[in-house]
Amino acid sequence: MTHQTERLYLYPVWIRIWHMTNAMLCLILIITGLSIQFSNPSTLVKFKAAVTVHNIAGIILTISYCMFFIGNLLTPNGAYYVIAVKGFLVRLKKQFIYYTIGIFKKTDAPFPVTVDNKFNPLQQVTYVALMYVIVPFVIISGWGLLYPEVTVNSVMGISGLDMTDLLHISAGFAISVIMCVHIYFCTIGKSPTSNFRSMINGFHESH
Amino acid sequence: MNYKANIRPAWIVLVLLMLSLLAYTLIKRSETTPVVPVPTEQEKPGKLDLSKFKNAAENENCFKCHGQSKYTYENPESKKTVTKRMYGELVLNRDVFYVSNHREFKCTDCHSEDYSTFPHAGNLRMETKANCIDCHGGDEKYAKFKFEQIESEFQASTHSEKHSEDFTCWMCHNAHTYKINARTNENLKETILYDNLICLNCHGDIRNYQLLTSKAKPNILQKHEWLPNQASHFTNVRCIECHAKNEDTLVVAHHMVAKSQAVRKCEACHSKNSILFASLYKYKVSEKIQKEGVVKGLLMGDATSIGPDKSNTLNIISLVLFGLTVLVIVIHAFLRIKK
Repeated sequence: MTHQTERLYLYPVWIRIWHMTNAMLCLILIITGLSIQFSNPSTLVKFKAAVTVHNIAGIILTISYCMFFIGNLLTPNGAYYVIAVKGFLVRLKKQFIYYTIGIFKKTDAPFPVTVDNKFNPLQQVTYVALMYVIVPFVIISGWGLLYPEVTVNSVMGISGLDMTDLLHISAGFAISVIMCVHIYFCTIGKSPTSNFRSMINGFHESH
Repeated sequence: MNYKANIRPAWIVLVLLMLSLLAYTLIKRSETTPVVPVPTEQEKPGKLDLSKFKNAAENENCFKCHGQSKYTYENPESKKTVTKRMYGELVLNRDVFYVSNHREFKCTDCHSEDYSTFPHAGNLRMETKANCIDCHGGDEKYAKFKFEQIESEFQASTHSEKHSEDFTCWMCHNAHTYKINARTNENLKETILYDNLICLNCHGDIRNYQLLTSKAKPNILQKHEWLPNQASHFTNVRCIECHAKNEDTLVVAHHMVAKSQAVRKCEACHSKNSILFASLYKYKVSEKIQKEGVVKGLLMGDATSIGPDKSNTLNIISLVLFGLTVLVIVIHAFLRIKK
């Protein structure tokens, strides 16, 4: 076990800007989304304001997601999201065992952060599911609700708008859960705050 | 860099998005929006079997003139056959009458027997029209429709207060054509359209609107400019949801309120205590639950109102999932600190 701190420049400016924007927007969207969903009628944020803020934040999120999407199509950063299928489940299991047992025994992380592997297998599968399945769903269904007339009338006998609504709130809920876990897992670093610092200065601190 | 030239997920998503866009275009193109309710076999013109209706033969004496735009009679003095145009308001379409609620009636059940002779006596046009309560009031058979409550709601409404006795049930419900809708039609959108057309009959047509007032008819689209997604609201919500007091016990509200009291707050509908669930939607949901069970009735009901959570089951599931996540995080953090 080496104790020498290594600083890796893993988060270029565009990723940090995107990440910060994304984090802020997600928080705003979750708070306003909950206010709309559970308006009773008094909630966290007033209904009308919540709807306006939610719509604007949703539009900015779409732009920010497009930036992320294009960035990961064209820059080397997109390679981190490529899952090598061969032996993936074994690696996933290894990481899972580390998080559930190894971490308490202070064993070394099985997949330490390197320039080639920014994400461990568990992060990789979560981020791919989040950024390439759940977020596109939440964005597309969000636009469907913003312009209900473009939504298909019915899907297998069920109202298209109801389906879109259900899909949107389910995806939003999944994002909320993943965000909580994500923030907690960020405390697992060299120090509980080092990963948060990384997303500001761009350098990952490993030991 | 040591990464292999594998396919990035972004490319896969891009291809899937393109395919979805194609599928969406195809679905949208094949989708036909029923703007006007599709007539049933019985409603289709020319398909009407009059022998099914016990008074049809007798009613034909009236329909042979009042069922078309012109009528013919023999002038007893000149002995000539005269053809005249029937005054539009006195023309009644058989196809519409025989699917209406009063289809089993004889014309002379409500109109004077003296109409049996032609030419009709001039004083007959002074005949007063019966209102709903005149026949349906105090009748056990119609108790579930609560005609007495409808009548008192109507008397308190702005329609009745502003226009006194000139505004009768007939303004909205023509007894010749009225067909019960909300309780019998399973298609919620058709019910909404049917009910809104009743309002638009005057509020969308200056000829009818100015029967009771000399004021200029307000432009409905302009007056509702503040409403987001106006078209969606107009096709998914009945006018009376915002313009009438909705009593929990009635399927149809008759207490129209003045425009200053109309609902303007989004959260009046888009909330847990949505006013929409006090009337038609409540009836439709409970009807669907009775027919299809709780799960399907609640989850697959078409009483859409974006915003308010409709399913407690989903709320509980999400709360449990979120609670478990937080619990696991807390335990994990505790064990990390402790070790």
